[in-house]
Amino acid sequence: MDLETIATCLNLKVFSGFDQLKTEVLDGYTGDLLSDVMANSKEGDLWMTRQVHQNIIAVASLKDHAGIIMVQGAEPAKDTLEKALKENIPVMGTDLSGFEIAGRIYNLLKEKQDITRIDP
Amino acid sequence: MHVHEKPTFESNYTVQGGNFDEAGKVASQIKVILKKLGLQTDVVRKAALVAYESEINIVSYARKGTISISVTPGQVKIETTDEGQGIPDINLAMQEGYSTATSKIREMGFGAGMGLCNIKKFSDYFQITSEIGKGTHLKMIINIENGV
Ligand SMILES: Nc1ncnc2c1ncn2[C@@H]1O[C@H](COP(=O)(O)OP(=O)(O)OP(=O)(O)O)[C@@H](O)[C@H]1O
Ligand SMILES: [Mg+2]
Repeated sequence: MDLETIATCLNLKVFSGFDQLKTEVLDGYTGDLLSDVMANSKEGDLWMTRQVHQNIIAVASLKDHAGIIMVQGAEPAKDTLEKALKENIPVMGTDLSGFEIAGRIYNLLKEKQDITRIDP
Repeated sequence: MHVHEKPTFESNYTVQGGNFDEAGKVASQIKVILKKLGLQTDVVRKAALVAYESEINIVSYARKGTISISVTPGQVKIETTDEGQGIPDINLAMQEGYSTATSKIREMGFGAGMGLCNIKKFSDYFQITSEIGKGTHLKMIINIENGV
């Protein structure tokens, strides 16, 4: 499933990486501790986090993540957005909590789409 | 280990302490180079993590430092040397969860006390030495199974 499908189904705000939305999402990872994410996330993961500092862009890029979702209404800091646009890393946002969004993405990726969709 | 082989690639990078805006830049450059050299994904993944965590530690705990990388057909060697506070108790610093990160550093997502453990876990060889008030030296080797 690609980022665009997930962004549409879950009504995500897209802040950057607009031409990267065909990227395939292989799996997901949630975490706010960068060294945990560095060690345990994988290539193609959609990373859900509450961190907004620009260091998350370097982590997502180093780990070849499909993209980042900022949870709980968080938005990228100014420097973070600039870096994400420059490096063309998809950063998205949701008002849902980390738990809620991770559950929905899990269902989408495991194709239980019926109980997951959010109407805008 | 192919310790005495002639390097196919060598480079040094300077890291400025306290500069979190640039943190991770050296690791990104190293990753790009290793990919270009055609190394296996697994080796690139390990080297990127090792370079990143040591770079962040220099930015977090030292005034400045150098990261050097050397690639031979059999291995990737990454060494870091910094001028900084040094580590008073290396065994303690190596414990998962131990961190002296300030609240400012923690706010950015660092300070889980996992960096050094993960460097060790992702390296085939790891050596750390430190002198209080002087600085810290790390040496990491990642083996390349079937050559470059
Ligand atoms: N280059 C260094 N110079 C001085 N002290 C260091 C250096 N590297 C690590 N330390 C000390 O060792 C501790 C543990 O380091 P480690 O990288 O494992 O965790 P952390 O940096 O605190 O958190 P994390 O890496 O998970 O974000 C640090 O909190 C710091 O006290
Ligand atoms: Mg660290």
